[in-house]
Amino acid sequence: MNHLEEKYADEIQAILAKYPEEQKRAAVMPLLYLAQRETGYITRQSMNDIAQILELTPTEVASIVGFYTLYYDQPGGKYRIQVCTDLPCALRGAEEFLEKLCENLGIRVGETTPDGLVTVEKVMCLAGCDKAPLFQVQTGAGLEYHENQTVESALSYIDTLRKRER
Amino acid sequence: MAKLVTLTIDGKQVTVPEGTLVVDAAKRIGIDIPVFCYHPKMEPVGMCRMCLVEIGRPAIDRATGEAVREADGSPRVVFSPKLETACTTPVAEGMVVIGASEKVKEGRKAILEFLLTSHPLDCPICDKGGECPLQNLTMGFGPGQSRFIYDDKIHLAKHVPLGELIFLDRERCIQCARCVRFQEAVVDDPVIGFYQRGRSLEIVTYSEPGFDSIFSGNTTDICPVGALTTADFRFGARPWELNAAASICAQCPVGCNITFNVRREAKAGGRWVIKRVMPRQNEAVNEIWICDKGRFGYHYTESPHRLSQPLVRKHGELTPASWEEALGLVADRFRQAGDGLLTLASGRLSNEDLFNLHQLTTSLGGKSALYTHMAGGDLVSRIGVAPGTNFADMGTGSAILVVASDLHEEAPIWWLRVKQAAERGATLIVLNPRPTRLDKFASHVLRYAYGSEAAAVLAMVNSLSAKRPDLPETVKALGRSPELEAAAKAFAAAENGVILFGSEGTSLATSQALAQACANLLITTNHVGRPNNGLIGVWQRANDQGAWDIGFRPMPDLAQAMRSARALYIVGADPAGDDPTLVETGDFLVVQELFLTDTAKLADVVLPVQAYTEREGSFTSGERRVQRFYPAVPERPGSKADFTIAGQIGALLGLDMEARLASKVFLRLAVSLKEYAGLSYTRLSEVEEQFPIVGRGDLYYGGTTYENTQGLGVQLPPTILLGEPLPLGWLELPQIQMPQDGLLAVPVTRLYDRGQTLLPSELLHPRLPQPYVAINPADGKRYRIPDGATVEIRSQTPISLVTLRRDPLVPEGVLLVPRSMGVPINGPTPVDLRQVERVIA
Amino acid sequence: MSQYILLRHREIPNLGKLEVYRQNDGFQAFYKAVTSMKPEEVIEVVKASGLRGRGGAGFPTGMKWAFVDRHNWPHYVVANADESEPGTFKDREIMENNPFQFLEGVAIAAYAVQANVAYIYLRGEFWQIAHQLDQRIAELYASGLLGDNLFGTDYSLRIYTHLGAGAYICGEETAMLESLEGKLGQPRLRPPFPPSYGLFGKPTVVNNVETLTNVPLIVANGASWYRQYGTEKSPGTKIFCLSGRINRPGNYELPLGTTFRQLIYEHGGGIPEGRQIKAIMPAGASSSLIIATDEALDTPMDYESVPNVGAALGSASLIIIDDTVSIPWLINKTIHFFKHESCGKCTPCREGTYWMMHLTERIAGGAATWEDVELLKDVASQMKGKCLCALGEFSIEAVLSGIERFKGDFEAQVGATQAAAEELPVPAD
Ligand SMILES: Cc1cc2nc3c(=O)[nH]c(=O)nc-3n(C[C@H](O)[C@H](O)[C@H](O)COP(=O)(O)O)c2cc1C
Ligand code: SF4
Ligand code: FES
Repeated sequence: MNHLEEKYADEIQAILAKYPEEQKRAAVMPLLYLAQRETGYITRQSMNDIAQILELTPTEVASIVGFYTLYYDQPGGKYRIQVCTDLPCALRGAEEFLEKLCENLGIRVGETTPDGLVTVEKVMCLAGCDKAPLFQVQTGAGLEYHENQTVESALSYIDTLRKRER
Repeated sequence: MAKLVTLTIDGKQVTVPEGTLVVDAAKRIGIDIPVFCYHPKMEPVGMCRMCLVEIGRPAIDRATGEAVREADGSPRVVFSPKLETACTTPVAEGMVVIGASEKVKEGRKAILEFLLTSHPLDCPICDKGGECPLQNLTMGFGPGQSRFIYDDKIHLAKHVPLGELIFLDRERCIQCARCVRFQEAVVDDPVIGFYQRGRSLEIVTYSEPGFDSIFSGNTTDICPVGALTTADFRFGARPWELNAAASICAQCPVGCNITFNVRREAKAGGRWVIKRVMPRQNEAVNEIWICDKGRFGYHYTESPHRLSQPLVRKHGELTPASWEEALGLVADRFRQAGDGLLTLASGRLSNEDLFNLHQLTTSLGGKSALYTHMAGGDLVSRIGVAPGTNFADMGTGSAILVVASDLHEEAPIWWLRVKQAAERGATLIVLNPRPTRLDKFASHVLRYAYGSEAAAVLAMVNSLSAKRPDLPETVKALGRSPELEAAAKAFAAAENGVILFGSEGTSLATSQALAQACANLLITTNHVGRPNNGLIGVWQRANDQGAWDIGFRPMPDLAQAMRSARALYIVGADPAGDDPTLVETGDFLVVQELFLTDTAKLADVVLPVQAYTEREGSFTSGERRVQRFYPAVPERPGSKADFTIAGQIGALLGLDMEARLASKVFLRLAVSLKEYAGLSYTRLSEVEEQFPIVGRGDLYYGGTTYENTQGLGVQLPPTILLGEPLPLGWLELPQIQMPQDGLLAVPVTRLYDRGQTLLPSELLHPRLPQPYVAINPADGKRYRIPDGATVEIRSQTPISLVTLRRDPLVPEGVLLVPRSMGVPINGPTPVDLRQVERVIA
Repeated sequence: MSQYILLRHREIPNLGKLEVYRQNDGFQAFYKAVTSMKPEEVIEVVKASGLRGRGGAGFPTGMKWAFVDRHNWPHYVVANADESEPGTFKDREIMENNPFQFLEGVAIAAYAVQANVAYIYLRGEFWQIAHQLDQRIAELYASGLLGDNLFGTDYSLRIYTHLGAGAYICGEETAMLESLEGKLGQPRLRPPFPPSYGLFGKPTVVNNVETLTNVPLIVANGASWYRQYGTEKSPGTKIFCLSGRINRPGNYELPLGTTFRQLIYEHGGGIPEGRQIKAIMPAGASSSLIIATDEALDTPMDYESVPNVGAALGSASLIIIDDTVSIPWLINKTIHFFKHESCGKCTPCREGTYWMMHLTERIAGGAATWEDVELLKDVASQMKGKCLCALGEFSIEAVLSGIERFKGDFEAQVGATQAAAEELPVPAD
């Protein structure tokens, strides 16, 4: 029983149950989300643990982490604020929005606030083009959308996060 | 036999089996369709898009199902608007393929230009330069110059070690995935993979140690660019400066065909040196692959510690002497010894060496012995696989039984070929006391207790043929297992049946019994005397089979025989190194060796020999294929070939022996051994066309593996086809002594051991384990000895100190002892364990 | 009668609640299918309805179901909820607000091909939606609408959600299957197609969320009822996603065949601040740019007519471009997207998108010459027809149509460069 199995025994069983016995490998993506829950990124240890659970090599698990953008092999801010600046949103002022937001936070795109609270990133279309500007907030625990945003609304949201963290 | 299909490629008609891919069909008629990601030994993926061609298919009338015809009656061919990938398209009747059109030219040019946008174009400093598919195909089909602005090129790490053996140049990688697919699909070691995606894809490894696969070197042959290179050869030389010498790998009984690339080197004082080992194609033996031990383990032949002149013991000291003096002395003493001469030789030697040694010994009335702990070579001579045997032909309808062998460690390329046969549908039965990497591919996995391997096989025989009431209880017990019965039935039912028996946990005695039991199973199931049927010994040395054929036999009580010998002649073996108590300096000891081994240190005369890379000769593989090796580099001054030394001693004794030419020795051998009758070096060097076509202009296709122009070798007939009787014989099951409360120590073979021929290859040191033994964690608890502790192993004598490993795969009550790692255990032995404080260096 | 087939929640409050959905005949169709129809009969109705795939390709759904190999078992259904095409946000609204109709569609599709397991592959960003769906699926087990021996028959069905993790390519059906199998999301060679070789190598139906959400009402009301909407060849309604420079962006469910003008001006309220419409991208970033002429605006939006104005209907995600938008800037955006999303499996797409990105940046950044524009055109044409999957082929649509149809914009950009170049100080020597 490795670290991950000890911690999430039941959840892992529930995940494995979704896929055919001999197709365990299919569980790698949900297990990676599980592994990312606390740390917000995938540690080398959890890659090994997942490999062991699914009878894969750590390399096979790692390439999944590398291919998909919602998995991280490096720690980031506790909250990843991901602003869509793809074409439809850009046509509705998303780029200015992002620029101003970063200005106010005193960081550049891709950077993390000094207190390690938020990392601001720009991402491709989030399927909310009619409610631009919008961003999603990703933490280890999950993902939520914030639509029809203004720089003000975004900043006050970040404030509430700050308070919550204190 | 698959249905045949006829199609036209660039105007030429070709008929090939249904299912053949267009790209291969073209190759068969000498039409090159350029590829990067496609490799004839792997499933197509159609990634690189280099093989784009125009493909037309006969139009079929929907209503009638008839082929639509033109006015002139010829079938109408409709071409799809898009170019199609020849590597993924199977041939079809009446298909028309065009590779020579402008449209296709443009397509190839386009793909090459794309590839070059991110390629560093550092050919002048690239190891692959001169044998690089990308370079060659760019010459052939590429754009004049790149329209991609050089400054836009991203620059990437150029010396990324994927472990100590293989280096990656990220800039050069063209993401064809050949390496990744080889590791995953061919050798089942998915320890390298892609990271990131799109333009950022890069090859990574997360295994410990990096790129942890014994087949890793092959990826450097099939990589179509200089992205993957071996630590051994990197920046070593430019391919065109190298000479190539055909040879045979001497590391195991598979007999992989290899090529030594050599050149004269200033830093070696103008000497010829080996720069690298490359696979040489032999589709019946190693196809186009070799394992890393074969690729990187040759350095012992170049060791500076090699002996360079004869030594004679004077006043207790080994002191340099002339050949005349040394040989004169040896001849005299041998004459005096007469029938008291005992010659101990190993399968490291070539057929020619062994033949001369045997002739010398017998004509003096002396005895000759084979230094090995495995028996059964005589049975393999009788019922070994018949000419025409090729694992590649085994699939559905064939059964392969692998018993008492960890094939992945003992003979890697056989492991690979057996695995592939199983994947093609062959019934694979794995009979071993502990799990091995072959289990995964087996249709029957059976276990037995160490020591009862013969019983297990006998039980299979018994469950098929007339039951024998007088069989021991062990056999009866095993016979009652329904799994074993099912396996036996499957083996008997198969059209073809092959047994590979190894030396997992066996002693000479148990090995003898095992071989006989295997023979009985083959005979009772009528799997003898035909191609793809028969017995294969997974020997411990490259030419053990040749030694058996020539008449060498292991001795049940070797120590005793050595003690009583009046003259002892040890050639190519180091018994004292394996077990210090074994050799007591008898009356007169001659040692013929590359190095001053522990045995040599005890000798009265030491005779320095040439490495097999410096001379001609032949080996007989476990599949009984006789294969030639050629001189790759000139001999070390002062050394002689083993067969020459034996021949010269013989001459001094007035015997008629050939000392000069290996080819002539071989002719004499061919006269005296009926299964070798008619063979000659000329016969051994015959070749025929093989597929896939490799070498020359075909590097882009099969990789840089060498084309075989110097001999595919000849497979010997089993002697039952030459009048020998079937070796059916009921055997005595050897009683092995079981421990009361201690552990049963058993010897097993590791690919990477600490043997004398491997240690000089420093490159491999990180992969060579320190001396260790392994037990089941449960026993570890029982003895209260933690993983990694130093233990003392007590049997009769001697006592050895090694590191202990806990390994759940080791059965309880067993102590696993890797061979050639300093613990002299040559068969199942009861031992006791004790933790000691001292840590061994 | 109702104007909605898919967005019924807009007129039925709380349709997302199971009891409300059932009060509105929810799961009647599934019940009817399982208890009183042969699988072939279900497929026949869907065939007859003329329903075509809403994921982009517009392939006849009933025909796809009929292709499923009956000699190879088990079968799977995979709902494509990856919705990653820029400008597309319709499946999301369905799953958020009318989830049970979608789930019932999945269930009927599964019954039709006799699959006992169906997966819903959602893009990773739909994390919350996936969790809502999980709860709703749980409700369905609880109320005996999913599970073993449904309605006392021997038919059993389980539905599972599976989250992607940020990869547009996983919307491509074979890449999605690879991803679902726990591998890199890279497309497979086709053929074989999923109905013969799909998930875990088994026959599989992959359908878009919107496609499947049509099914319950088709089975309940019959093919001819469905065919009263839309056109002869493109029957039914379609959700049009309206985004970009438009007054009322959003989803609009309208009969296929509605004209661009009706959608953009009557429903979408026209272009903001009275500006002029310049171009339309009818299928998100993957589509050609249509010049917004009157003729174009009066073209009916259905699978047959849109090609007449040099584009495809695709997923019907209309990105509206007004006269203040520079086309070089626009294609730079789309190329950045495709470069970011190229899976890297095939050479033309991996290298081509990367190369084009360098060129579009230089052009949009005003640092280019006309040769760069020509080169961009060459590179794009060089990719055409050579890619392993449609992503690479899509990536050049906007580029080629843009350069051809809005040459002026590019000349302007390059002109700017020339001008800039002339201002450079002349080296004194
Ligand atoms: C690059 C690419 C992206 C795609 N993305 C999606 C997508 O996000 N959602 C979707 O339903 N279909 C998408 N498709 C289409 C699918 O491959 C497939 O045709 C569709 O899901 C079939 O369902 P349908 O017949 O119901 O339309 C995409 C295709 C390609 C080539
Ligand atoms: S390293 Fe070589 S074989 Fe592997 S992907 Fe790159 S180019 Fe292909
Ligand atoms: S696509 Fe055919 S060789 Fe790569």
